[in-house]
Amino acid sequence: MAAESSLRTGRKAPYGLLSPGILWLILFFLVPMGSLLRIALSEKPNAFLPDYEFTWKWDNFSNAIERFQPELARSFGYAAAATVLCIIIGYPLAYYLAFRAGRWRSLLLALIMVPFFTSFLIRTIAWQTILGADGPALAVMEVLSLVPVTDAIGLTTNGAFLNTPEAVIGGLTYNFAPFMILPIYVSLEKIDPRLLDAARDLYSRPSEAFRKIILPLSLPGVFAGTLLTFIPAAGDFINAELLGNVRTGMIGSQITKLFLRESNYPEAAALSFIFMAIITVGVLLYAKVLGTDELAA
Amino acid sequence: MTASIVATKQRRPLRSRLLGFWAILVYAWLFAPIVVVVAFSFNRPAGKFNTAWNEFTLDNWADPFKRQDLTDSLITSLQVAAAAAFVATIFGGLMALATSRYEFRGKGFVNILTVLPLTSPEIVLGSSLFTLFFARDLGLGFTTVVIAHIMFCLSFVALTVQARVRGFDWSFEDAAMDLGSTPWRTFRTVTFPLILPGIAAAALLSFALSIDDYIITSFVAGDATTTFPMRIFNAAKTEIPAQVNVIASMILLVAVALMAIGAWRTLKQEKA
Repeated sequence: MAAESSLRTGRKAPYGLLSPGILWLILFFLVPMGSLLRIALSEKPNAFLPDYEFTWKWDNFSNAIERFQPELARSFGYAAAATVLCIIIGYPLAYYLAFRAGRWRSLLLALIMVPFFTSFLIRTIAWQTILGADGPALAVMEVLSLVPVTDAIGLTTNGAFLNTPEAVIGGLTYNFAPFMILPIYVSLEKIDPRLLDAARDLYSRPSEAFRKIILPLSLPGVFAGTLLTFIPAAGDFINAELLGNVRTGMIGSQITKLFLRESNYPEAAALSFIFMAIITVGVLLYAKVLGTDELAA
Repeated sequence: MTASIVATKQRRPLRSRLLGFWAILVYAWLFAPIVVVVAFSFNRPAGKFNTAWNEFTLDNWADPFKRQDLTDSLITSLQVAAAAAFVATIFGGLMALATSRYEFRGKGFVNILTVLPLTSPEIVLGSSLFTLFFARDLGLGFTTVVIAHIMFCLSFVALTVQARVRGFDWSFEDAAMDLGSTPWRTFRTVTFPLILPGIAAAALLSFALSIDDYIITSFVAGDATTTFPMRIFNAAKTEIPAQVNVIASMILLVAVALMAIGAWRTLKQEKA
């Protein structure tokens, strides 16, 4: 609270400090959103002229939804699956780091970040190598004669790891896992150990202490981690292009294709806007359900 | 009661061991691709794709910058990252100073505007910037890439610095002023050293984010400017030269070395 008392009520100084950054965000974040919406509601009156006319053409939106429904569904489905996997993989690890790692904690935390110093693309290409037809993953499964089993549970398709929806979800999970592990770790680490001592003194079973103390107190971390994983995963298309097949395309590929190759700007902008709108509504609903203001803090 | 305590004591080590085992598995998973990247920097690829093991060689490391197109794109990426990190760190740092030290009208708007770019998917940020540059007839190239990178780094910088300076005792500044220090001297000798660790972390983060960005960059780079991730992605369908692995391993080495130096300095400070 000492910090609160030293907060000043300035008249001009804060605005002076803020102006370059805020101006930048207005010019290159808010204004572009406006021009995206504008193009999304425009049409091309003449196929031979480069000009677009703003005509409130809402058809662009319905057309985009109709045409790209499978991609939209896939993007959100894959991202949701990857987010759940990140929680399943990341929560126990974050728990281990917060409560069991002891003096190795700082080193282990730093190690989580090390793989992410290699480029996103190069890491994903490495997964191509690992999962590929001549790769180590398949070789191990073949030596153990487990390929029929992995085929049966859907981990492989016709004896291949690569170019499947599972590979795409795996890639998304891998690439965004640290964004789940670190926020959960931060929220677990903040828990006062005396609370756990108190629970033990009052004869709470460990599972009960976990359910009633640790889990609720770590929810803000899970919330932040979910947003940090789900949003970029839904918009990503690198994993889908490098690890998937023609039937695993996500919305990002379509938006890129419409913009940069087909130059169908109105429909591309509409699709982009729809995607943004769904994410925003989803985030707001999610924030309301979990009722945390951790995001703004 | 006694029974449950005994049961707890017996169960605990097993659960602890399971947790440790899980941690080892997760670390193996996190590092598997990195092992592949580094190992394949010592591979002599049989064809155009350095994705299947052929034979051990040191040739790739002897000539890491053999591929001119790769090297050029790496230099472009380094330039973009340096420019973007420099501007974003200054602008974002000033924003953090304002929001963490002052109470003012419109603070809520500023906070929301700072967080929004982080909750917007890159594909939307990239495509909206594309429509802006297109509508204004601005040519795409190096400048538009830097503009875009500054934009997405700003929020990260503002929030990182804000988190670091939260709870600082700003009365040190008043003390300096009371003792006759000029505002600039106060900033240089009191404020700046206080916020420096946060600023350094934010600058490194910006640099790392910028150098790794593909999606936004692909929308605003145009035909003439190619960054390192763009070069790799464009090439990935036709070839993956071993130099990619060598350069990636070198970047990894530098990053780990920087981290080790940072850790060593903190250790020394803690001891002193």
